[in-house]
Amino acid sequence: MKWMKNLKNYTPPAFKVIRDDDRCIRCKACVEQCSFDATFYDEEENKIWNWDANCVSCNRCAAICPTEAITVETRGYSYRHNYSWGSHIDSLKKRAIFGGTPVVSMGNDKPYKIYWDHLLLNASQVTNPSIDPLREPMELKTFLGKKPHSLHLKDGKPDIDISPQLELNVPIMFAAMSYGALSYNVVEALGRAAQHVGTFYNSGEGGLNKDHYKFQGNIIVQVASGRFGVHKPYLDVGSAIEIKIGQGAKPGIGGHLPGEKVTETISETRMMPQGSDAISPAPHHDVYSIEDLRQLIYALKEATEYSKPIIVKIAAVHNVAAIASGITRAGADIICIDGFKGGTGASPQVIRDNVGLPIEMALAVVDTRLRDEGIRQDISIIASGGIRNSMDVVKAIALGADAVYIGTAALLAIGCTMCQQCHTGKCAWGITTQDPHLSKRVNPDIASQRLINLLDVWALEIKETMGAMGINSIESLRGNRLNLRGIDLTEKEMEILGVLPAGE
Amino acid sequence: MYEIDAKDIYYRKLNETIRDAIRNHKRDLIVDNVCGQYYIGCGISEPDITITINGVPGNDLGAFMNGPKIVVHDNAQDGVGNTMNGGTIIVHGSVGDVLAYSMRGGSIYVEKDAGYRACIHMKAYKDMNPTVVIGGCSGAFMGEYMAGGTLILLGLTQSKKKPLTGHYLATGMHGGAIFIRGKLNEDMLWSEAETVEPSKEDIKNISKNVKEFCKIFKIDYNRVMDEGFVKVQPKTSRPYGDLYIPGP
Repeated sequence: MKWMKNLKNYTPPAFKVIRDDDRCIRCKACVEQCSFDATFYDEEENKIWNWDANCVSCNRCAAICPTEAITVETRGYSYRHNYSWGSHIDSLKKRAIFGGTPVVSMGNDKPYKIYWDHLLLNASQVTNPSIDPLREPMELKTFLGKKPHSLHLKDGKPDIDISPQLELNVPIMFAAMSYGALSYNVVEALGRAAQHVGTFYNSGEGGLNKDHYKFQGNIIVQVASGRFGVHKPYLDVGSAIEIKIGQGAKPGIGGHLPGEKVTETISETRMMPQGSDAISPAPHHDVYSIEDLRQLIYALKEATEYSKPIIVKIAAVHNVAAIASGITRAGADIICIDGFKGGTGASPQVIRDNVGLPIEMALAVVDTRLRDEGIRQDISIIASGGIRNSMDVVKAIALGADAVYIGTAALLAIGCTMCQQCHTGKCAWGITTQDPHLSKRVNPDIASQRLINLLDVWALEIKETMGAMGINSIESLRGNRLNLRGIDLTEKEMEILGVLPAGE
Repeated sequence: MYEIDAKDIYYRKLNETIRDAIRNHKRDLIVDNVCGQYYIGCGISEPDITITINGVPGNDLGAFMNGPKIVVHDNAQDGVGNTMNGGTIIVHGSVGDVLAYSMRGGSIYVEKDAGYRACIHMKAYKDMNPTVVIGGCSGAFMGEYMAGGTLILLGLTQSKKKPLTGHYLATGMHGGAIFIRGKLNEDMLWSEAETVEPSKEDIKNISKNVKEFCKIFKIDYNRVMDEGFVKVQPKTSRPYGDLYIPGP
């Protein structure tokens, strides 16, 4: 019996499912919907029970229950209170019992300072009028790619070779999340929304299913160390090619798609045998230096005849400014910096919780460094990792980003409840699973509409805020740190962020 | 036959010339005086093309290539056949580091030695089964993370000063097969691979590829096959399956 307590591998449940027996009509919808074996029906007693140890608090049962009989509560630790040990007790026990390192998803959840919440935006009052975006044109169009150093005119027309650019209607793109990690319908929804809004979905490192080649024009393809599904048609379908060196969820760590998730269609998309682990080595073994990176960037440019921009994605780490300078000089058109809060990716818990930098800091130092070196126009910056709302986008752009990637936010729009179980492949909301019974829970029509709504609303909010600042083009907000003020920050933090304190 | 003189030409211009020639239906290209130009054959997908290179091509020869045949009448440098999807590369000499990184299809024949990190993460898929034959010796990290395909190491240039292969052989290997001619010191292997006697099927596979190799480089087939082979294979297709447990 799967719900029998086994003391040998027992750790106390983190959640408690509370069921109002008067309200429960025994419809068993919760039993059918729970993909974590935390709910079962006892025929003899005509009663529904919960095995709390299996509950992950995804809230699928509570959402599906027609009589609202279910609430899921956090149990808290029943051990004697200990400030320094806290969650480390169970974490340690798990390692000791199972002999493996815990893998987690959905990004760093530790209470590190969130700098977005310590930055305040400006607004116009009297001396320069604010602009009403509902009645006046407001420009969010963004171009990503190398910009020319100077402009020359020939017969009244600009005489210049412009490098290939990505054209975005909103400065927000869907971050790299591969088919394999995501279900088919979610990729479909992301692609459709990107196409409708005029932005891009990044395929991630797992290749692109042949059905999704129809999103050509709104797809960024990724080349990572495993090179899964990388072949000529794949490189050709992307509007840009992203070389993934690292990601915020797991800086310096390779990828690992467990064999259970490598189903027939995944194996076809990734071009690898079914059921075998998809292992991405930690480094690209042909990139051990900035010079090697240049070689890969130009190999991809040669393979696509210099027709599309090349993005290099790195995790925000201590020397990020110097690395970004190297990447710019290596010939990348766009750099993506992924902060340590980022993390739709599954990652060993120790890495997720302890490695990397906040995106706010990384972004500020990279933008400053590239300006100081006079090479900022050679590269566009995408900020990602922990963008939660439209104001984070505005603040990121004011700190120096050209655009942002959203991953977690996009999944939340589709229905994710951040239970952090993506790596198990059992997602009860049908988002990060390959189980056909579960993945059909995402309806691509509804999901894509929700994504479109999200981007439309964020775009309006960004326009409103820009209007309040008296700015009518996103270009004028870019790197405009005078519109930011720091609050509750140390002098050093404000120096790094390049912002003045509130009141100054 | 279409001749291109690569003397003093920058790689970008040279590769443009090659692509233009192919667009103009030239099928048999000869590139003379090649001296370190990068990316020759990179991303070319037409199947019935032959590019003959006289001189030493630069890094990433045939990267992302998907069909042509490249013949090099000299040594080649790093990154030969990087993420190659199909086609053939023949090198009448030695190659540098990172040979056939992540290669998924086609075949590569190297007459002499290969550098470090040969055939890392080479993989197979359905009827795509990449084959690499190295006539000489190789450096360390050969076949690391190998996920599929066939790699044959003949060691014909082996000497007292030059070992057959280096350390960390087949680290993290989880697919495919490496056949090594002669004896292999087990210390070279890391923990994810093991050595076994090649089966009858394996011998057939070896002799087919060695025959092709000997034909290309005009080497006596019987002399090569005189010595036995050792097969290096992964212990499991999921070497790190138990490494991780579900988190909190």
